Amino acid sequence: MSGTTVLTNARIIDPSRSLDEIGTIVIRDSKIAAAGRDALNQGTPEGADVVDCNGLLAVPGLVDARVFTGEPGAEHRETIQSASRAAAAGGIAAFIMMPDTDPVIDDIALVEFVQKTARDKADVLVYPAAALTRGLKGEEMTEFGLLREAGAVCFTNGRKGIHDSQVLRRAMTYAREFDAVVALETRDRHLGANGVMNEGLYASWLGLSGVPKEAELLPLERDLRLAALTKTRYHAAEISVPESAEAIRTARKRGAKVTAGITINHLTLNENDIGEYRTFFKMSPPLRTEDDRKGMVQALADGTIDIIVSSHDPQDVDTKRLPFADAADGAVGLETMLSAALRLHHSGEVPLMRLIDALSTRPAQIFGLDAGTLKVGASAHVTLIDLDEPWLVSKDRLLSRSKNTPFEDSRFSGRAVATYVRGRRVFALDRSAG
Amino acid sequence: MVHYPHRHLLGIKGLTPPDIELLLDRADEAVKISRQREKKTTTLRGLTQINLFFEASTRTQSSFELAGKRLGADVMNMSVGNSSVKKGETLIDTAMTLNAMRPDVLVVRHSSAGAVALLAQKVSCSVINAGDGAHEHPTQALLDALTIRRIKGRLSGITVAICGDVLHSRVARSNILLLNTMGARVRVIAPATLLPSGIADMSVEVFRSMEEGLKGADVVMMLRLQRERMAGSFVPSVREYFHYYGLDADKLKHAKPDALVMHPGPMNRGVEIASDIADGPQSVIEQQVEMGVAVRMAVMETLLVSANQGERA
Repeated sequence: MSGTTVLTNARIIDPSRSLDEIGTIVIRDSKIAAAGRDALNQGTPEGADVVDCNGLLAVPGLVDARVFTGEPGAEHRETIQSASRAAAAGGIAAFIMMPDTDPVIDDIALVEFVQKTARDKADVLVYPAAALTRGLKGEEMTEFGLLREAGAVCFTNGRKGIHDSQVLRRAMTYAREFDAVVALETRDRHLGANGVMNEGLYASWLGLSGVPKEAELLPLERDLRLAALTKTRYHAAEISVPESAEAIRTARKRGAKVTAGITINHLTLNENDIGEYRTFFKMSPPLRTEDDRKGMVQALADGTIDIIVSSHDPQDVDTKRLPFADAADGAVGLETMLSAALRLHHSGEVPLMRLIDALSTRPAQIFGLDAGTLKVGASAHVTLIDLDEPWLVSKDRLLSRSKNTPFEDSRFSGRAVATYVRGRRVFALDRSAG
Repeated sequence: MVHYPHRHLLGIKGLTPPDIELLLDRADEAVKISRQREKKTTTLRGLTQINLFFEASTRTQSSFELAGKRLGADVMNMSVGNSSVKKGETLIDTAMTLNAMRPDVLVVRHSSAGAVALLAQKVSCSVINAGDGAHEHPTQALLDALTIRRIKGRLSGITVAICGDVLHSRVARSNILLLNTMGARVRVIAPATLLPSGIADMSVEVFRSMEEGLKGADVVMMLRLQRERMAGSFVPSVREYFHYYGLDADKLKHAKPDALVMHPGPMNRGVEIASDIADGPQSVIEQQVEMGVAVRMAVMETLLVSANQGERA
């Protein structure tokens, strides 16, 4: 897309430069030509499309490093296109798509399929993550080199962990040759295997089996040891308890190259939200206690946790309108991640700079994406945010094909009002529609 | 008529002491009816009761059936196999189908905690929880309370020791809730592998030994231990379990001399309870069965009469 767009009167926060100032962003030929207080030193370019932001926040387009779609295999839940529209509406300019599809993204042909579909149909950038093991079975490693060349940005076992330590060690060792990031969710196969919510008093009263913290912590500590041993870049994809954050800190002190992510749900909800068996709050790892949540917000604020993800996981009536123990895990989150995250800004718990860093700059850095910065010459992904826009979430108005949001009827302050991807505006909030 | 504010009985949670008193008082009346030669009344004449059991249970199902018939309701039993892979689909689909038949009360048992509450959201009649997973079994707790109250004269201040597989037991949860609500003192006695996480915060005193836990108890309530849980997964063996936690004459001596011995059935004789104790003078296990019918009559009468009044209002 050629042409020039000028966003004036914006409060620009660019964590890649630790910049927070009122200024202007000039986008030319889909790149950032200037961004900051002095961007208009040479005057407004002729013929430019000038947008007066009236004090809106302008940040590098958000990056969501953990998104499940249903394409290929479960398009009734979500396609790459419908996910991309939901993403754009949530201020997300780029996301990493998990390989848990049917078939699993474990082959270059499938990586190419995702990329082609995204190129043809998606409004935002979609980066494929490839399966770490064939069929996500945790047994044989995939073709890391070829997959990486084809465009896979990281290797993961999606919803499943790797149980065999030998397999994981070899995969990590091999992945290091390609400087590939190994991103894993950790959940012990046996400990708390039947668990469906956080272990504790609340689960006991509901008569539900619990998942203890240790089910996350034990394999995480093993992974961190193996990451140190193999000197591989390891990303703990979804941690949920402060003990895991502590394990990350300790591993870093030992010199391991590890990063960590957390879902927006675990930063803003807790086990009590399950109420009387509300399955939209069933997820893996399970929502933890309020003390755990507070500890994780602290770990995000101090940088122990690098990034926030939506872990967008579309599920439908067939998989959610069931007794709690039988229902599927997962919640949609592309559209609500930013607004929910802004709660942590409004409450004063996490500075805005850190929050935007965790939602954009940091994930782009970890996974080497062309995003996350407003530096001159970078691809022009910009999200405009009204920090105080009121929003009462109604699931019927979500763009995602699946409506399993845990934020139904939640009141948010703050929302994306426009999203630009490579200089093109792919979303503008229709304020009359709510 | 005293006001009873609930449409369903999904659990003991949410019931107040007056709610429970009301149900127990009515159950006392129902006992009289059941002991008459002419046992049939017309209280629920013309109403339809469907027993929907996703988990097999001869005892509870026949108790509900008898209760409904003594009140004059038309009773239909539906046993839905639980082997079907898509249990949940069966649940909602069955609920919708049954609802279309316009029953007045559904009595439901299901192996998943919360399943009965989920079903209650989908139907327009009263729903009674006849046991949902490890969550609640409210009529069992009510019949236990009725049995105790009729013999001991009260619930408040009574010390009840609940022994055995508390972890998997809906009976234990409902009893802990009810007994605490009514001011009884509750103890649990079990090996740590059969206690739920956070048990100490459930307003109970936790004991690991029967001798300690039974000391001064007015009621000894045994729980059933399923056989598949005794072969090394939760406890090492039947022999070891019975040695430490099976109720025999030696252990029972530590409770008060007039302590009642209760069991929700079906019993594993020689596993959680010795035969001579189960059949002994302190056992009220048979009375529990009789009280079960009475309590279920009281619950259905209360829910359905209130519901009908609600419609008229």
